[in-house]
Amino acid sequence: MSAGVPDAVALAAEARSCTEAALAAIADAADVAALAAVRPELLGKGSPLSGLRRRLGSLAPAARPAAGRALSEALAAVEARYTERLDELRAAERRAQLEAERLDLTELHEPPPVGRLHVITQTQRRLEDVFCAMGYTVAEGPEIETEWHNFGALNFPPGHPARDMYDTLYVDHGSPGSTLLRTHTSPVQVRVMQTRPPPLYVVAPGRCYRQDTADATHMPVFHQIEGLVVDEGITLGDLAGAIETFTTAYFGPGFTSRLRPSYFPFTEPSAEFDVQRPDGTWLELGGSGMVHPSVLEVCGVDPERWSGFAFGFGIDRLAMLRYGIDDLRDLWTNDVSFLEQF
Amino acid sequence: MKVLLSWLREFAPVEGPPEGIAEELSDLGLAVEDMVTFAEAPAGIVVARVAGLRPHPDADRIQLVDVDAGDGEPRQVCCGAFNMSVGDLVPLATVGTTMPGGLEIRRRKIRGRLSEGMLCSAAELDMGSDAEGIMILPADLEPGDDLTAALGVAGDVLFDLEVNPNRPDALSVVGVARDLAARRGVPFELPEVRVETSGAPAGESASVEILAPDLCGRFSVRLLRNAPGVRTPPRLARRLLALGMRPINFVVDISNYVMLEIGQPSHAFDAALVPDGLLRVRRADDGEQVETLDGVRRTLSAGDGVIADASDVAIGIAGVMGGASTEISAETELVLLEAAWWNPPDIARTSRRLGLRSEASARFEAGVDPEIAPWALERFAELAAAGGVTLAPELVQAHGDVPSRRPVRVRTGRVNALLGTALTAGEMRACLEPIGFEIVPARAEPTAASPRSYPGEVWDVTVPSWRPDSSTEIDVIEEVGRLWSYSRIARTVSKSPHPGGLTDRQRARRRVHEALAGFGLMEAMPLPFLAPGDLERCGLPPDGITVTNPLVAEESVMRTSLRPGLLKSVAYNAARRQPGVALFEIGHVHWPGDGELPDEGDHVAVALAGREAPAAAALWERLRRAIPFVPTDVRNEATAGLHPTRSAVLVAGGEMVGVLGEIDPAVAEAFGIGERVAWLECDLARLLESHVDSPGYRPPSRYPSSDVDLAFVLGDAVPAAAVGTALRRAAGDTLVSLHLFDVFRDAERLGPDRRSVAWRLRLQAADRTLTDAEVGEIRAACITAATTAGATLRE
Repeated sequence: MSAGVPDAVALAAEARSCTEAALAAIADAADVAALAAVRPELLGKGSPLSGLRRRLGSLAPAARPAAGRALSEALAAVEARYTERLDELRAAERRAQLEAERLDLTELHEPPPVGRLHVITQTQRRLEDVFCAMGYTVAEGPEIETEWHNFGALNFPPGHPARDMYDTLYVDHGSPGSTLLRTHTSPVQVRVMQTRPPPLYVVAPGRCYRQDTADATHMPVFHQIEGLVVDEGITLGDLAGAIETFTTAYFGPGFTSRLRPSYFPFTEPSAEFDVQRPDGTWLELGGSGMVHPSVLEVCGVDPERWSGFAFGFGIDRLAMLRYGIDDLRDLWTNDVSFLEQF
Repeated sequence: MKVLLSWLREFAPVEGPPEGIAEELSDLGLAVEDMVTFAEAPAGIVVARVAGLRPHPDADRIQLVDVDAGDGEPRQVCCGAFNMSVGDLVPLATVGTTMPGGLEIRRRKIRGRLSEGMLCSAAELDMGSDAEGIMILPADLEPGDDLTAALGVAGDVLFDLEVNPNRPDALSVVGVARDLAARRGVPFELPEVRVETSGAPAGESASVEILAPDLCGRFSVRLLRNAPGVRTPPRLARRLLALGMRPINFVVDISNYVMLEIGQPSHAFDAALVPDGLLRVRRADDGEQVETLDGVRRTLSAGDGVIADASDVAIGIAGVMGGASTEISAETELVLLEAAWWNPPDIARTSRRLGLRSEASARFEAGVDPEIAPWALERFAELAAAGGVTLAPELVQAHGDVPSRRPVRVRTGRVNALLGTALTAGEMRACLEPIGFEIVPARAEPTAASPRSYPGEVWDVTVPSWRPDSSTEIDVIEEVGRLWSYSRIARTVSKSPHPGGLTDRQRARRRVHEALAGFGLMEAMPLPFLAPGDLERCGLPPDGITVTNPLVAEESVMRTSLRPGLLKSVAYNAARRQPGVALFEIGHVHWPGDGELPDEGDHVAVALAGREAPAAAALWERLRRAIPFVPTDVRNEATAGLHPTRSAVLVAGGEMVGVLGEIDPAVAEAFGIGERVAWLECDLARLLESHVDSPGYRPPSRYPSSDVDLAFVLGDAVPAAAVGTALRRAAGDTLVSLHLFDVFRDAERLGPDRRSVAWRLRLQAADRTLTDAEVGEIRAACITAATTAGATLRE
């Protein structure tokens, strides 16, 4: 049969025109959906190029390889163009969608409020954390106390001004004068010593009360933190060292401390402690001293074997200093425009 | 306590810059609160006499003062102070003077009236801190004198010391000088008093009796013959003035001077007004009356001390104030001068009860030196002698009880053991002996008070009479530390044998704080005091513990609930155009109890303004999920003060541990709150009771899960939680989550007072894929359980 040769030529020509038609159809597809819709016509089993492949068998055997290669190349070219076009269309669609989703992120509605811990809570925690890192635990005691825990056990002699009605608030419980709002956190010292054996390294933060008229620097209720260490061989030098360690840890480098002789019934020797700022000015911070032997004894601790020191100072004042708050009453008004700043 | 450097130097050679002296005083425990160096007054400030005082016709706060500046020219000055009287001598800044602050004094009109100069306060002249009134000068100055030259205080330094209550000795120039000399290692000397006596012995015309020996330890009297027209020596008057004490008259001024110098108050009686010269110390009768020097008739109570005369009429209040009937006057010829030692608590009680506190009572209250009265009386006479006053021979006195002093056993080893020092016995002596402590070595036998022996010496230390505070070993140890200086003691750090940190409970409470802040709430801190009626306004029972001595009624009740405080805070913010606040508080509450102390607990409360009850329920659910509280049920139940149909109680272990819901609109109105307020309050201590910090976990399953949605119709009497609990129980171990996801009402389809509630159950086994049959069984069991709980499956 000699008719096979022109057939091969005709098939190649047909393949070319099919390919061109297919490429044109791909180019015409306007979006991903249109392109996907034409795919069966171009590359599916019923497509013209597939039809030509089925006709390969009718060619002369010698012509088949070349014609087959030409057909495969045509199919590959269509497939490649299809893929390329698909990527183009998808990219365009993504661009269009993203552009349609454009937002002004500065167009902000008021978000829900951010919760805050009270500045006193924050200050108290900072103090607790400093002392915990120094090996102290945190002790607590009742705010309504017995006269004995608040004064008697702490070696306040009868008739001491602080015991007087002048600045202590008493409550109606038990016999008159027996129960009061604690005037300092020191009764926690007594409770700790009575219930735990030494060695003791504790701090006791908490609320205290005094008969005071509220003004910029006084409130009838305030916060204190108390420290107590009882161990063998504790010295006044250990007290000075503990105060210095605390000063550097809480206030930062460049701050230093000093002790000055003072008087408290429940400590002896007693000392005020001051903190010196890096600019050289001094800040009177609190009271301290060696736990008085009578106090140790009353609490069941043998003063010949154990010795200890105690210190205490105001939390409110530290909070005010840190933030420059100049009126103590602001801490208690609960104006959210104040609370939200800390 | 104010002291002058020039006065200290009369007892000890204290040299060097005043700043250094101030440092030393503070380091000795005599904190210097203020230090004033008296400047030279600027040229042009002269002494002037107040010749007349007239109101300014056009200004209430200014008066017109006619002054005589010694030059014969009458001057009128406008002055804003009213503390002077006609005849007083005052500092006048004449026209042309430049004040220490730079102000130039010019002739000018104030509200239409001419002012030729300015009268000055001590502060304006840099001569003290008193800015309250015009400085009143000693009466012996002459109008026209240059002020600085007349006063003779330029260059002197005033130290204002804070003296602790255990240091009565330091309420005197002598006591401060003694400490300072000891610290500096310079000699201190209390000089001998040199005074001539004349006339008949005092005992012939004066006698004393102590009928209350527990009240009065010593009552000493000297008799002096007054001199006509005697005036306070200028040097004394100037010092008193520099210390802010107004010179009054000769007797009062010298008495004050001696008190400031040695710490012993004294009191003068006009001997002619004291029958038989007898002074008797006794306790007052209840209701007894006496007119004091200030002209006030005072009623005494039994226990107060009085000085009575021979007819037993009270003529003075012991240690507090003298009586008017025997007051010294210009006509006084003979003076009975008395100095006593009073039992400090007695004076404290009387002065507080009468509201009469003076420099004298403060010293008696702190405890004066029981040995110093004779010296003080002679010192008075010595100073008065310059004015011609003479002293009769003989000290008339009686003794009562003075606390006995015994030597204190001191172990030098224990001194070092408590101070953290390595002082030698010699170094300790050098601290103690200069302040009057006498040391005698003792045999080192343990005593009951000091059973333990230490290396070193053992001493018996005799404490001087002016240090009543020092009576035990620890007192002496403190003195060694004080004189050695706390700042010379090496700082050491003792190490705790235990790790530091918070307890589980304290950590859990911090987590509650953080969770609530994390939910967007602000922590509030309302005052813990309530006013009477606050609890009732909240609809709560009025059973708060009362404060027996509040300053104001608003602070007279202790809270039993955090509700009044937070509602006040909500109202406060709403009134400042800050509605919708979300606040929480964690704090103590108190209730009456039968124990030694009232019941006290730690509460947590939340107020969500502008939100309704479900917001509180949702917040509780979030909080419960955030913190491992004890298992707690929510039960619909009307509770006091909450919206009766929007209220629930929290129940744990059969006990009520909290409430949630919405504040009763009537309560909100009573607090002036126009918004709804969602409310939650619970007993934090109870909720954290079985708190476990690490309760373990359930590993996520690797097998597929199945969801089952069930919708039920519930009558309004059936709580959703009851059905939820039934579903949870019926679904058993394979239930991973149970979510209520839909509620609706439709009276037509569901009937009235009913609603449809839908739950989604997610089922998943840890070890296998659940089969359809298993899921079906669970679903059926859940439907049965819900039906039993009162729900009907919605088909």
